[in-house]
Amino acid sequence: MTETLMLWQALNRALDIEMASDESVFTLGEDVGLYGGSYRVTEGLYAKYGEWRVRDTPISEGGFTGLGVGAALTGMRPVVEIMTINFALLALDAIINMAAKIPFMSGGQFPMPLVIRMPGGVAKQLAAQHSQRLEHTLMNVPGLRIVVPATPQDAWWQLRQAIASDEPVIVLEHELLYFEKGEVDLTTVPPPMHQAIVRRAGTDLTIVSYSRMANLALSAAQQLADQNIQAEVIDLRSLSPIDWETCAASLRKTHRLLVVEEDCRFAGTGAEIIAGLTERCFFELDAVPVRVAGLDMPTPFNAELEAASIPRVEDIVAAASQLAGTTPRPG
Amino acid sequence: MDRDTLHKFLYDMLLARAFEERAAQEYSNGNIAGFLHLYPGEEAVAVGVIHAAEPSDYLVTTYREHVHALVRGIPPRQVMAELFGRRDGICKGMGGSMHLFDRERRFMGGYAIVGETFPVATGIGYSVALRDLPEAVICFFGDGAVNQGTFHEALNMAALWKLPVLFVCENNHYQIGTEIHRHSAVVDVHKRACAYNIPAEKLDGMDVINVYEATRHALTQIRAGNGPQLLEFETYRFRGHSMADAGNYRPRAEVNSQSGRDPVDTVIHEAEIGYPTQAEIAAAGPDLVDQLVCHVAAADHFNEQHIDSVRREIDKVVEDAVQFALASPPPDMQDARDSLYCNRKHETLLEGSQHD
Repeated sequence: MTETLMLWQALNRALDIEMASDESVFTLGEDVGLYGGSYRVTEGLYAKYGEWRVRDTPISEGGFTGLGVGAALTGMRPVVEIMTINFALLALDAIINMAAKIPFMSGGQFPMPLVIRMPGGVAKQLAAQHSQRLEHTLMNVPGLRIVVPATPQDAWWQLRQAIASDEPVIVLEHELLYFEKGEVDLTTVPPPMHQAIVRRAGTDLTIVSYSRMANLALSAAQQLADQNIQAEVIDLRSLSPIDWETCAASLRKTHRLLVVEEDCRFAGTGAEIIAGLTERCFFELDAVPVRVAGLDMPTPFNAELEAASIPRVEDIVAAASQLAGTTPRPG
Repeated sequence: MDRDTLHKFLYDMLLARAFEERAAQEYSNGNIAGFLHLYPGEEAVAVGVIHAAEPSDYLVTTYREHVHALVRGIPPRQVMAELFGRRDGICKGMGGSMHLFDRERRFMGGYAIVGETFPVATGIGYSVALRDLPEAVICFFGDGAVNQGTFHEALNMAALWKLPVLFVCENNHYQIGTEIHRHSAVVDVHKRACAYNIPAEKLDGMDVINVYEATRHALTQIRAGNGPQLLEFETYRFRGHSMADAGNYRPRAEVNSQSGRDPVDTVIHEAEIGYPTQAEIAAAGPDLVDQLVCHVAAADHFNEQHIDSVRREIDKVVEDAVQFALASPPPDMQDARDSLYCNRKHETLLEGSQHD
């Protein structure tokens, strides 16, 4: 059964079906209840499940994320919504020192079926404190899983898988994708939560990306096709763990690697991807791997500067055509 | 106070003291490394509070938690082996002194970042309240923890949603080396609870019976659905903050004045004078007199010989724990990986994608 849904609707449906089928699932966060969620993800759930399972919290990110940790220790399946990833900085103790470490420190005694959803990314002139990405900060923490759905289909699949998982899962949602529409197959068995997907097959280079940038990479690939460059586009879908094999298989075919990330370049996700793939495929590579990444600066408020601070389709096209060893045709 | 309960107090307080002193010795012997925070001086709080709780109640503790673990019933062998970092430790040597966990006994962890126990306990309380269970959660914290944001965030939420959490302050007056007058604008911890409409009192934490009674009362209130409570127990740690701390910042006179209030001595004193007086027997009423007389006649009193025999028994238990820890093998890297991926067991990862 397939429906056309916006990404927020796919998340909403996923949450709803999991709450209906398992009473240990509950959600909490700022304005998730009566208000219906800042991006409508929890819309309608408060009326359906009541205040104990759809809990409006005070503005206490560290406190209510830690509350989620405590509840998960007793086998509940909390879905914490942190209004934006920027506020998750106040909850890093609960995420990094508790959720990621308790199962380990206890010698494997405790489950941690905790999901933490966070919108993030550069949106529309939200300025430096509301435009961060930070995935690399969380990727560096053993014990966490991180998923980055870029499509309504993956939002539907991966949120359900995250809730079903006994490991702590961070769901990084992109603020500009909530109202993107897509076909969602509601019945097919999903691929594993961390499996990367080849969104477009190609032979000349591999573009590895995730979240909103994976969609931009697809647009770039279409333009590249006009230049007779066939780019293979891989959407990682998961940043921890990373599905290296899907990437490596692609590189064995294309021998060229371009990584596109919205986050700052320095010590970022792209650095890990390139290092990981270079270690695995060094002798397959015909060219130095290339990153197209966000600038190493806080996000400027000014619209033009903001747009220029993160990769655009034309940046990806330019880097890809250079990497492919061709020059764009004039016109 | 009935004799059996008093005997349990006596046993646990003597065990607590002996275990911790031995741990200090094993630290000096090189068998325990890292941070080791010891509890002598504060025993009456853990013993009184935990005995007042039901086994189904959850405990959330700080990094000074060996005694809490022992009183909850984790075998001394498994606690000592964990301190030694061995495979037979309660956490397979992955947690160590500051991170004791026992899921079966609802010992929900030793937390080594000050202020973490508040949100964890509040979350457990939330899951209890959501499922409408009769359980309670006991959240231990020190006086130094009350200036963390988590204290205020968690107390607010616990009160707002009437969660069954008992906040227990082990006020030993020092956050490591900074005395409470130098770290808190309001030095009476219990007074802070009024900001969240949480009933709270300050009590003598050196008297185990006092601690026990106050905790029972508070837990009764909590189980009646009245929301959280806070108890501030004034206590004193006789040692430094950890083995790395000689405690030189505390005036000699202060330390000496507190050593006269040793809670272990106090419980022994209580035990020794534990005979019911004629007046107490009379006050129990005519129907109970026979019962009391039979009880007293049938049982040995807590005389000095009895207490000595308890001490000898405990010495054996502690020695056995050390020998067990010494004999336990170290964990290997596979144990560490198994602990890290303990919750991944129902999922097959793709080839080559697991971190290694």
